[in-house]
Amino acid sequence: MLKLTNINAFYADLQALWGVSLEVNEGELVALVGSNGAGKTTTMRVITGLLKPKSGTVEFYGKTLNKIPAHKIVEEGISLVPEGGRVFTKMTVLENLEMGAYTSQARKEKDKTMKFVFSIFPRLEERKTQRAGNLSGGERQMLAIGRALMSKPRLLMLDEPSFGLAPIMVQNMFSMIGEINKQGVTIFLVEQNVRAALDLASRAYVLENGRIAGQGSTEALLSFDEIRDAYLGC
Amino acid sequence: MLDMVTQNIVFGILIGALYGLAAVGLSLVFGVTKFLNVAHGELIMLGGYVCFWLFKLLKLDPFVSLPVTIGALLILGLVIYKLLFVRMVKLTEEVKIKNTMLIGFGLSLILQNIALKLWTADDRGVTTDYSGMVFTIGDIRFPVIRIASLLIAFIVVVILQLVLKRTYIGKAIRATVEDWESASLMGVDVSRVYLYSFVVGVAMAGIAGTLISVSYSIEPSMGMGWTLKALIVMVLGGVGSFLGSFVGGIVLGVTESISTVFIPGSYRQVVGLLLFLLVLIFRPQGLFGQKER
Repeated sequence: MLKLTNINAFYADLQALWGVSLEVNEGELVALVGSNGAGKTTTMRVITGLLKPKSGTVEFYGKTLNKIPAHKIVEEGISLVPEGGRVFTKMTVLENLEMGAYTSQARKEKDKTMKFVFSIFPRLEERKTQRAGNLSGGERQMLAIGRALMSKPRLLMLDEPSFGLAPIMVQNMFSMIGEINKQGVTIFLVEQNVRAALDLASRAYVLENGRIAGQGSTEALLSFDEIRDAYLGC
Repeated sequence: MLDMVTQNIVFGILIGALYGLAAVGLSLVFGVTKFLNVAHGELIMLGGYVCFWLFKLLKLDPFVSLPVTIGALLILGLVIYKLLFVRMVKLTEEVKIKNTMLIGFGLSLILQNIALKLWTADDRGVTTDYSGMVFTIGDIRFPVIRIASLLIAFIVVVILQLVLKRTYIGKAIRATVEDWESASLMGVDVSRVYLYSFVVGVAMAGIAGTLISVSYSIEPSMGMGWTLKALIVMVLGGVGSFLGSFVGGIVLGVTESISTVFIPGSYRQVVGLLLFLLVLIFRPQGLFGQKER
């Protein structure tokens, strides 16, 4: 469903991605792993239209997304949970979720989708009138994911969902992500926590210095000595 | 003495509401777009002159002509935005502030000179039949027209607040103020939010100008003073807190007014700036702003 071909992307004169190609198929849970600064977040920004690539194409269900502005890409069915969640701290939980259903299609089914989100994250329903700024780190991350789900995405992308969470919450978060995938939402996940990401995903790409350095099923990647040495330390 | 202080508090609240309204317009524009439009005062001035013209030429009552003035300023805002400010949208915040300040200074010179040509440098005001009406409680005087101005300013701010709290576009504006990138990930067309906020901010300057022209006086060089007041009040109230800006305006008005009881009136500007410095030192997030997390 999602296909990146030969993406070259720059921040001013600095090249961040070098000929990145990757693919995510319907129903999959794919991980993109790599160390800090490898270009994982940049890849997400390119897909969501926040950063336009210099060359290469982003295709979604065969439609080229390169020329479409960021606010239209969510209408195509791609939703991103940015790093750190970036919820609207001065707005209530409910208002954050409403913002998630901003597009006209999503707005029509707002109430139904919200019930679905509350069924995954009952915690959010308990806190719905509170300002997002008063939530704990874990709750904010849940809100960020819930907000992204409100747009009824066909592809949900998560940038470092374990960022800043207590170890016990990380486990929890990953099992919730697996649960969402089982509900039929395709997931593309960026993680620094390589072990957890590879345990969860069926397929993964390894990004190094802006280039794809490895790809394949997670079992195969886990059996590579290089990857074990570089990312798992075992 | 007590009467004099009370009377000054009343006058302070009445002028303060207009400071507040001026600041809310500026704060809406700055909070959303990060455009520091220092020509805001000139837009207030133009709003005043539109009202003055409608009154002089068409004998239209200033409160009746208010919708026309708002319409005129909405169009002016749209033209200014499309002509000058739209190019600044994509810049980083810091560059944006610097560049829009330069544009604003240029624009204020142009608008001032247009006003000089059209209306001369004389002080003008809109004097209606009911302009002199005053009612008194005890020894305290309440000019009717200024009370009406206060009410209008208050209603405008309440309407803005309701739109921001209750409507989808309002929520999109608040989301954009906080994090425009996240907002655009939600599907918010940020450039449209910028346009709306800018144009509405200009229209609010027009309303402020109308209210100033009926209660006080207008002249082509009044703009800078009002921009300064609006800036002080915006920081006082906390950037991005619109109700805070309105209350901040009243705080400044009252402080200035009371000061004239104790020190010569020529120092009233200084009092405002002192208040500004004190707030910056002790409460940089503004009186009603929340600390950045």
